[in-house]
Amino acid sequence: MPFHIPSEEEYGEYAVVMKGIMKQFPKVLANDNVDLFVKKGEIHAIVGENGAGKSTLMNQLYGLYNADSGRILINGAEMEIKNPKDAINSGIGMVHQHFMLVGPLTVAENIVLGNEPVKKGDIFDLKKAKAEVKKISNDYGLEVDVNALIEDIPVGTQQRVEILKTLYRGAEILILDEPTAVLTPQETEELFVVLRNLQKAGKTVIFITHKLNEVISVSNNVTVMRMGKVTGRIPTMETSTKELANMMVGREVLLRVKKDEHDAKEPVLEIDNLCVKDNRHLMAVNGISMTLRKGEILGIAGVAGNGQTELIESVAGLRKPVSGKISLKGIDITNSSPREIRELGLSHIAEDRFKYALIKDFSVSYNIILGRHYREPFAANGLLKKRDVENISKKLVEEYDVRPREIHIDGGNLSGGNQQKMVVAREIDYNPECMLVAQPTRGLDIGAIEFIHKTLVELRDKDVGILLVSMELEEILSLSDRILIMYEGEFMGEIKPGESSLEEIGLMMAGSTLKELRGISNEK
Amino acid sequence: MKNSKWIKVLIPIVSVFIALLVASIIILIIGEGDLGQRFNFLVNAYSEMIRGAFGSSSALMNTVIKMTPLILTGLAVGFGFRAGVFNIGAEGQMTMGALISTIFAVNATQLPSFIAIPFTIIIGMLAGGIWAAIAGYLKAKTGAHEVITTIMLNWIAYNIANWAVTGPFNDGSGTPKSPEIAESAMLPNLLTSQATFLSFGIFIAIIAAIVIYFILYKTSMGYEVKAVGFNPYAAEYGGISVSKNIILTMAISGALAGLAGTLESIGLYYRFYGTLSSGKGFDGISIALIGQNNPIGIIFASLLIGGLRTGSNQMQFAGVPKHIVTIIQSIIIFLVAGERMITTLLRIDRKKGVK
Amino acid sequence: MDALIAILGTFTNPVFYKLTLSASTPLLFAALGGLFSERTGVTNIALEGIMLMGAFSGVVGSFVFSSPWIGLILAIISGIGLSALHAYASIKFSANQIVSATALILLAQGLTGFLLEPIFGQPGSTPIVEKIPDIHLDFLGKESFLYKMLGSLSPFIYLAFLLVIVSYFVIYKTRLGLRMRAVGENPEAADTLGVNVFKIRYFGVIMSGIFASLGGAYLSIGELGQFSENMTGGKGFIALAAMILGNWKPKGAMLACLLFGMAEAMNEQLQSNPQLAIPSNIKPLFNLLPFVITIIVVGGFVGKTRGPAASGIPYEKKG
Repeated sequence: MPFHIPSEEEYGEYAVVMKGIMKQFPKVLANDNVDLFVKKGEIHAIVGENGAGKSTLMNQLYGLYNADSGRILINGAEMEIKNPKDAINSGIGMVHQHFMLVGPLTVAENIVLGNEPVKKGDIFDLKKAKAEVKKISNDYGLEVDVNALIEDIPVGTQQRVEILKTLYRGAEILILDEPTAVLTPQETEELFVVLRNLQKAGKTVIFITHKLNEVISVSNNVTVMRMGKVTGRIPTMETSTKELANMMVGREVLLRVKKDEHDAKEPVLEIDNLCVKDNRHLMAVNGISMTLRKGEILGIAGVAGNGQTELIESVAGLRKPVSGKISLKGIDITNSSPREIRELGLSHIAEDRFKYALIKDFSVSYNIILGRHYREPFAANGLLKKRDVENISKKLVEEYDVRPREIHIDGGNLSGGNQQKMVVAREIDYNPECMLVAQPTRGLDIGAIEFIHKTLVELRDKDVGILLVSMELEEILSLSDRILIMYEGEFMGEIKPGESSLEEIGLMMAGSTLKELRGISNEK
Repeated sequence: MKNSKWIKVLIPIVSVFIALLVASIIILIIGEGDLGQRFNFLVNAYSEMIRGAFGSSSALMNTVIKMTPLILTGLAVGFGFRAGVFNIGAEGQMTMGALISTIFAVNATQLPSFIAIPFTIIIGMLAGGIWAAIAGYLKAKTGAHEVITTIMLNWIAYNIANWAVTGPFNDGSGTPKSPEIAESAMLPNLLTSQATFLSFGIFIAIIAAIVIYFILYKTSMGYEVKAVGFNPYAAEYGGISVSKNIILTMAISGALAGLAGTLESIGLYYRFYGTLSSGKGFDGISIALIGQNNPIGIIFASLLIGGLRTGSNQMQFAGVPKHIVTIIQSIIIFLVAGERMITTLLRIDRKKGVK
Repeated sequence: MDALIAILGTFTNPVFYKLTLSASTPLLFAALGGLFSERTGVTNIALEGIMLMGAFSGVVGSFVFSSPWIGLILAIISGIGLSALHAYASIKFSANQIVSATALILLAQGLTGFLLEPIFGQPGSTPIVEKIPDIHLDFLGKESFLYKMLGSLSPFIYLAFLLVIVSYFVIYKTRLGLRMRAVGENPEAADTLGVNVFKIRYFGVIMSGIFASLGGAYLSIGELGQFSENMTGGKGFIALAAMILGNWKPKGAMLACLLFGMAEAMNEQLQSNPQLAIPSNIKPLFNLLPFVITIIVVGGFVGKTRGPAASGIPYEKKG
C-alpha cells in the first residue's frame, strides 16, 4: 500500500497538513511547493541531505519563519502560525538541534521556566514544580532526576528535558530537529523508546534526520526532501535504506568536475591513532589513523558532528589532541603551534569562515596576508612591505576573481562567495605542500563552487596533498581520489569514487563499516 | 562602505558636542539670578576657559604642558584597546614609571646628560611596562579581568609611592616629596615665558605617537595586535599567539604611561611628589575614545582635554568648579561607549542595514 | 614576637570585631548589588561610582534638609539614577558595559567634586552633618565584651546583613529570582519561554544601584558624618572581587566581605597599636594589603569560581 495522499475532506484525521509551502531566502528557494501530511498519532520522519529544506519547513510549522505562501492545518483546522507562541497554543512543541537549556539550573526549574507555579505573590513553588514534572515524566516514561543540574547530566537526558518542556506546555505535536545528531548510539536507542511511548500516549511526532537506519527503526511514514522539494513519501514498512538513499541523494550528480588521472606521490600528512576531545570534553576523534599523499585529494565524508571539525582543528594546531601522533612531511607536529605548522607548508581553509578564516574589520589585502604577515613576501625585519602587500593582493584578487576588485575595503563587506575566494587565494598563495580544506563551498553559489572545485583539482595536479572535509556527499564524490567515511570519530572504511554505490556510502555514513556491508553482500 | 569611516570621526565629535551642551546646562543650573544673568554666567565661564587655555603665551604653554602626559596616557589606553584590552591602570603605571625613574635620576649626578636622560626615560618606561604586564599576564594566563587588576595595581602603586616619598625616598623636608633630580637628568627647556617653562617633553610625546602610529600601521607587530583585537580566533588560526600579544600590548601600553610619568618628573617637577597623576590615566580613556585609538587623533584629543583642563583652572575664577571637565569627559566616554545612541540619534543605523 | 603578640591581642579585642563589621558593611552592600546585576547578565563595575554618588547624596540630604533620613532617600535615588543610565546604555544600546561603567565612575567623581562647592561652600570635603543614629543595645551592659562589639552599631550594618538573607531569598526562592538566574546564564533560552529578558536585566542593574548607593551612604551618613572627595577609595572594586570570591552567591559574598573587612580591621588595629609603634611612613605599605589580596583573589580564583555565563554580553533579539 503506497503512501496515501489525503483529500481535503480527510484532513481532519491529520495532525499536521502543510500545503503548497513556498519559502524563498535571499539566495535559495528553500521550500518549493512542499506538501506534508502527518497522521494523528504517528511518528513521521522527514529525511534529506543538509540544505534540502527540512528544517526550514519545520521552522515554519513552529512559527520561527513565516511561509511566503501555502496553508497550514492542525487537526483539520486552518491555522496562522506567526510565532512560537501561536505554535505552542496550537499544541505544537519543538526540540531544537541546539538545546535551549540553562546549565546551572535544575531539571525541574528548566522545565517550568516561564510558566512557574507560584504561591503567595511571587514565591516560586518548587515543590509543586517538581511534582508536576515528576507526573509528566512518569506519564510518558521520560525518566529524569528533577533535582539534577542540567550541566551535570548527559546530552541524552538534556534532550529528554527539552521534550518534557514541550509536554509541560501541553504539546500534542512534537517536532524534533536532528534529535540524534548529538547522541551516542545508546542514547539514540533510548530516545526511540521515548518516542514510541509518546506515540502510545497519543502524541504525534515529526522528526528530522538524515540517518536512514533511524528512519527505518522508528518511523511510520517518511517524507523525503531534496533541494527544497519533496522527492518521495512512503510508509516505512514498504521501503529500505537503499531506496531512501536513492530518493535522498538523487541519481544524477549535479556538479561534474573535470578531473584527469593523477598519480599520488609520497606521503605528506600522517596521522597515527589520534584522539581528540570536543568542547564538551567528550571524545570526538576516536583513535583514527590515515595517510595523505602528495598529489591526491583525500575526502572525508560523514554527517556533521562526527569528529571532522576536531580532526581538522587538531592537525592545524588549533586544538590539542589527547593522544596519538600527527606528522607533516615526517616531522612530528602533534604539539606544534599553528605558526610552526604553517611554516612547514600546511595551509588551511577553515570550516567556520567567520570565526577563523576572516577578520571582517581588516581590509582585503590585510586578510590576504594573514599568516604570512611577519615574513616574505609581505614583511621583512618586522616591517610590512606595503608595496608588495598591495601588489600581491591585487594580483590575487584578479587571479581568483574576487569582486569588487578592491583591496582596501573591509573583508566583512564582501559577499560570502567572494570572502571564500579571498580565503582560498590566501591559502593557496602559501604554496602549501599540504592543505586542509573544510566545507569549502558551504553557502556559496554555483559559480563560486565551480571555481573552487576547479582550483582544488589544479592544486592536486601540482602535487599538493589535500584533505577535504565536506558534508556535501556530491562534493566529496566528484573531487576525491580516495574517500574515508567518518562516523562517531572513527573511519568506517575507505572507498574509491565510483567503486561504491551511493547506498553503500549512505549506510557507512550511518554507522555501518565497509567490512560489515561487503560481508553481508557476499552472503547474498 | 566609505560611510563607516565618516561615522567613526562623527561619533566622537557629536559626543563632545553633546557633552559640552550638558555641561552648559549644569552651569546654567548652578548659576544665580534670572535666566539672562545665568546665561551671562555661562558665556563668561566658557570665555574664561578659552582664555585660560589659549589666551596668552603662558596659557598656551600650560596647555601644551598638560597635553604632554595626556598624549602618552591616551596612547597607552588606545594601544591597549587595539588588542582588545582595557588598560584602566595608566594611573598606576605612570606613578611607578615616575617613581623608579626619579630614583635613578636623583642618583645620576655623575652621568652626562646624553646618558642620564635617555637612561632615565628607558628605566621609567620599563617600570611602567612591567607594572602593566602583571595585569597582562594575569589576563592571558588566568583570565582575570584587566579592569579589576589594573585598578588594584593603581592603588598598590599609589601606596608604594606614598610610602617612598614619606619614608626612604623623602628629601628630608618632611613634606611628601623626593629629593630633586640630578641636573644632568633634567630635560632641557624649549621655551620659557615668565614663570612658565616648557620642556622638550612634548616632542618626546609626539615622537611616541609617531612611533605607535608606525607600529600600528607599518609593522607586523601592529598587524598582530590589531588582529588579536578584532578576532582572536582568526588571529590564532593565522599563527598569531593571542596570549603573547596581550602581554606585549599591556607592556607597551604601560611603558607609554611610564614615559608620561617620567617626563613629568624630569621635565616639569624635577622631583616626584607621590601623587602626581591626578587623573591623567583616566583622562587617557576619554582621549583614546575621542581619538578613536588613532595616534594622530589622540594628539588632537589631548589638545582638547589638555585645553579643557588648563582652561578649567581659569574657569574656577568665574565660579565654575574645575570638576566640570571630569563631567564632560564622563559624558563623552558614556556616549562613545553606547555609540549606537549617537547613530540612532543621527539615524545612520537604519541606512547601514543588516548587522 | 611583639608583632605576633599584637596580632593575637587583636583577636581578644572587641573593637576589632566591631571594626570588622563596619569595614565589611560598605563592601557587602556593593557586593550584593554587583551580584544582582551580574546574575541577570550585566556587569556593573560602576559600583565604585554609585557608592561615591550615594555617599555624597546622603550628606547633601542630611545637610540641606537637616535629616539623615532624607539623605538616605536621596542616596537611593542617586543610585537608581546612575544605574539606570548604565542599564539603558547596556541593555537598550548594547554598549560596551565596561566602558559605560567607567564613564559613570568618572561622572560620579566629577559631579560630587563639582557640586561640593556650590552646595557646601568648600572644596575637598563637607562639614560634619547629622548621621543616622547608631542602635544602642544598653541591655548588654556597658562594660561587657558583647557591648563593646555590638552595643552601638549603625543600623546600616544590620541592614547589610539582613540584605544577605533577603538577596538569598529573592534569588533562590522566588519566581523572579529563577528568571534572573536563567537570563544571566542563557537569555536566549529564557526568551524562547516567554521571559522578558530586558525587563529582568533592568531590574538587576537598578537593584545594584540601590544596594551600592546604600553602601556609599553608610560611609558618609552612617559612619563618618561627612563626605570627602573620592572617599570610596576603591571599595567598589574590592566589592567586585568579594563577589567573585564569593562565587556570585549572597552567603559567599558575605564571607568574602567579612574577610576583606577583617583584613582592614587588623590593619587599623596594628597601625594604632602602641606596643608596635609602627612609624607613620610605613602605614601606606599596610594600606596596600587589601588591594594585593584582591589581585590574588581575582587572578587566582577567576578560573575556579564561575560567574553567570551571559554576564557582560548584550542580548539582542533575533529576527
